[in-house]
Amino acid sequence: MLRTSFQSQKEVLSIRNLNVRFHTYAGDVKALDGVTLSVRNGEILGLVGESGCGKSVTSLAIAGLLPQNAEVVSGEVVLGGTDLLKMKKTDMRLARLRDIAMVFQDPMTYLNPVLPVGLQITEILTDDPRLFVQALIDNRLGQLHQGSLGKVEEQERKRLESQLNEGRLSKQELNRLAKAYATSMLKLVRLPEPERVFKMYPFELSGGMRQRAMIAMALVRRPKLILADEISTALDVTVQAQILKLLTELKEKIDTSVILITHDLAVVAEVCDRVAVMYAGNIIEVAEVEELFRNPLHPYTKGLLGSIPNPDAAGQELKSIKGSVPDLIYPPNGCRFHPRCPEKFDNCSKQKPRLLEVNPGHFVSCFIFGG
Amino acid sequence: MTELKETEVPKQKSGSVADVKYAFHLLKENPLVIFGFIISVGSMLVAVFAGFIVDPNTWKHVDLSMRLCWNNPTFNWGIVNVFNCAGPVYALGTDSYGRGVLEMIILGIPLDLQIALEVVASAVFVGVVFGGVAAYAGGVLEEIILRITDIFLAIPGILLAIVLLVILGRSFNILTLAVAITWWPTYLRLMRSQVLSEKEKPYVESLRAMGAGPSRILFRHVIPNSIYPIFVQATLDIGGVILTVSALTFLGFTPSPLIPELGNLANDGIRYLFTAPWLILFSGLTILIISLGFNLLGDGIRDVFDPRLRR
Amino acid sequence: MLHFWRLSNLNEDGTLLRVDNLVKWFPVKGGLLSRTITHVRAVDGVSFSLNRGETVGVVGESGCGKTTLGRTIMRLMAPSSGQIVYDGTDISTLGRRKLKPFRRRMQMVFQDPYASLDPRQSVRSMLLEPMKLHHIADSKKEAIEFAEELVGRVGLNPDHLARYPHEFSGGQRQRIAVARALAVKPDFMVLDEPTSSLDVSVQAQILNLLKRLQDDLHLTYLFISHNLAVVRQMCHRTAVMYLGRIVEVAPTGRLFENPKHPYTKALLSSVPVPDPAKRKQLLVLEGDVPSPVNIPPGCRFKLRCAFAKDECSSRTPPLVQVEKDHWIECLYDIDFAKRPEPAS
Repeated sequence: MLRTSFQSQKEVLSIRNLNVRFHTYAGDVKALDGVTLSVRNGEILGLVGESGCGKSVTSLAIAGLLPQNAEVVSGEVVLGGTDLLKMKKTDMRLARLRDIAMVFQDPMTYLNPVLPVGLQITEILTDDPRLFVQALIDNRLGQLHQGSLGKVEEQERKRLESQLNEGRLSKQELNRLAKAYATSMLKLVRLPEPERVFKMYPFELSGGMRQRAMIAMALVRRPKLILADEISTALDVTVQAQILKLLTELKEKIDTSVILITHDLAVVAEVCDRVAVMYAGNIIEVAEVEELFRNPLHPYTKGLLGSIPNPDAAGQELKSIKGSVPDLIYPPNGCRFHPRCPEKFDNCSKQKPRLLEVNPGHFVSCFIFGG
Repeated sequence: MTELKETEVPKQKSGSVADVKYAFHLLKENPLVIFGFIISVGSMLVAVFAGFIVDPNTWKHVDLSMRLCWNNPTFNWGIVNVFNCAGPVYALGTDSYGRGVLEMIILGIPLDLQIALEVVASAVFVGVVFGGVAAYAGGVLEEIILRITDIFLAIPGILLAIVLLVILGRSFNILTLAVAITWWPTYLRLMRSQVLSEKEKPYVESLRAMGAGPSRILFRHVIPNSIYPIFVQATLDIGGVILTVSALTFLGFTPSPLIPELGNLANDGIRYLFTAPWLILFSGLTILIISLGFNLLGDGIRDVFDPRLRR
Repeated sequence: MLHFWRLSNLNEDGTLLRVDNLVKWFPVKGGLLSRTITHVRAVDGVSFSLNRGETVGVVGESGCGKTTLGRTIMRLMAPSSGQIVYDGTDISTLGRRKLKPFRRRMQMVFQDPYASLDPRQSVRSMLLEPMKLHHIADSKKEAIEFAEELVGRVGLNPDHLARYPHEFSGGQRQRIAVARALAVKPDFMVLDEPTSSLDVSVQAQILNLLKRLQDDLHLTYLFISHNLAVVRQMCHRTAVMYLGRIVEVAPTGRLFENPKHPYTKALLSSVPVPDPAKRKQLLVLEGDVPSPVNIPPGCRFKLRCAFAKDECSSRTPPLVQVEKDHWIECLYDIDFAKRPEPAS
């Protein structure tokens, strides 16, 4: 595994007390209610929750893609030392281009239908010269390299950079290099016949292939963080298995952190290092993945785990959580889960519990465990 | 039995209040809609109460000695030889039969509106029924209906209306019929495309699985769910029909030039464009404003509801 | 509580539904004169039977034909060929009128709770309509009483009857859909991905509800799903479909513990398990899920099969019984020694 210059900081992303509201005609939707989360270098963090819990809103907030009627009431999102929320719009755009990449659920709507897939990748490269230089160097060196370079590589880089800046590389040469790099990316995500796929349009590819293409587009920028929002949900199970396997392989090869957003706990169990569970706009439990499944603490987590059918075991009646998800315009007072909680007591409706570290690396937001 | 408690229906409060607030917001953004609303409602009120504002028999009182005069002191036309009427002030002057223009307009509005509503109602009825049946049934029936519609669409509306009027005679009933005949194809096409997409929806399939017959599904479920754009189009069309009807009566297709009807008045007035402009001006303006009003109203309704139609 | 239900339902056993070589092809038109170029062979020869009171699962990925199978069995379309025998009667070619009594006995719950209910109908109207169509109740009063019982059975309240679909959540709408299906007192229900659009915890509620209803009312289910974990939870027997045919069918426990067809093996090992301790190397099936338009001769799985041999391209494998109640369609047995020809 290659080292990055961020190795000195253990966390690549740190969200503190993020509070986001949506102003609608029906009232203010208190979508995120003090979300605190951190993502470590090189890990795949699963962000799990059911619909309406705020996981997608969190990723949009990180990427700076919240809609117009959203208001960030308070909190900070710190990536590589800078608070993304306080950045100017133009800087934010650059940050999105270079440091954060998003992969979405439905690649068909996020890929440009009139451009061949390969060109959509080269477009990213030719847009940003610095990125392109990095890419060219990688290509010459034949590997995916990040961060600080050795002396030989540094000279090479300077040479290429000057070539680029002085315009000594002809357009053809640039395009050729971009294409070669893009093709190697397509190969990296295990697309068969990458040269052929380069020329294909999105509609000619199957769902799984499109998703790989999107992952390639995300990787091209060598971001510090990839936000993967329900990337395997729309896929058939055998194709989903391919994508999950790809993710685990890439994790070995590339030192990028991933926030994997999903509602499927089985996917989390298969692929993630750590898991954060969300409910109604709050992070209610965070732990290493084995610890979470072996020893869930929060009543919601326990209920959630109990309601999942396990393909490896036959059925007794599934345990379900009574009640339904609250209306976030009029959320419950205190702990937002308390109306449905089988273990609640008096204080739960009055105060909100804080996220506390109960065991090493295992955080819970519940009065049973203090807070 | 813990689950019985759980299924609380979410508070309805947020829903309907949100709708109203959103509707108002859109109205604020689009003041023309308010204008349209005022005009359309206003003209309908005038139509209802016309008989009380003005004596309905006034149109028969022809007094040639008062023809084409203007005695409203608030405005000076700057035309030489404007005939000044004796007696009470006619707010908008008189027409070529000596009747007050304002009074004739007020009496004319209900007539035009009535014709317009009849035309639109019958066009909608025919279009909805046959368009719905065509789309739902498909096959040969659909083909037949579509071809017939194409024939009617191919003939220019006004021409067809004129031909019918020439053949069948000039009465307001024939006029209504003639205009309606040229109007229904649009509704048929509109309804057909709505039903085509609606009938693929899962709830239709579940009704079939339940054993409901096609006419029940079409008339009780599919059509009510698809009627929305028709309603919008109909509102818009009221304005259009008024224009068409006035155009036809303007061209002379009227049982009698004396009848107070906006097109008639305009016909009367065009001859005196330079000598007594108030006649053509006010009748034309009325036609314009009313049809514009309905147009804006229809537009506004579409804006408010259409994107929200996705629930 | 059971007073509205035919008590005879509870005592009968035996085969309720038999499907025999069912085929459903869809023509693909094209060219200048809209001629039929080729066919989408959605269901390409499916045979199985269903006993009263059991739940049979049909699993497969997109394009395998499971949804078309469900719709064809429900006679939402006529089969291209083959037989559907419901309680002794062949319903495959019946016209609308003759089919109507069967519509009462066979009901369906659809995948999308948001689109399967008419948005302009109140819940009460939704429940009374099928009752009226099939003369379930003798008077309006009785119908409303039954409607109230139905909503109670599915976990809702009588005051929900006056409300409209948009006022409910996804899980609640699915309950309404189930209540509507029950309004005609069916024997048999096709459940087409009933919980796929729902959150996991809501899914658990609905699955528990369906199980309870089956026990209380002696219902028979055909459970169509792509979610293997759910199928394991719900079904007594399971059939695996691939490209329009059933490639394996067996009692669920045995299917999952000891799958014999290569596709089933690959499918089962592709499913992630919610237990990181059991994190396995997912056996990845290469290639994409094929489309049922151009199906090559011979075994239709051979292009992705790890064990395919030459013979697989030339011969279509027959359905053979490898154990009691366990059938697969493959030329080779589990050790991939060639299987002896079946006697019939």
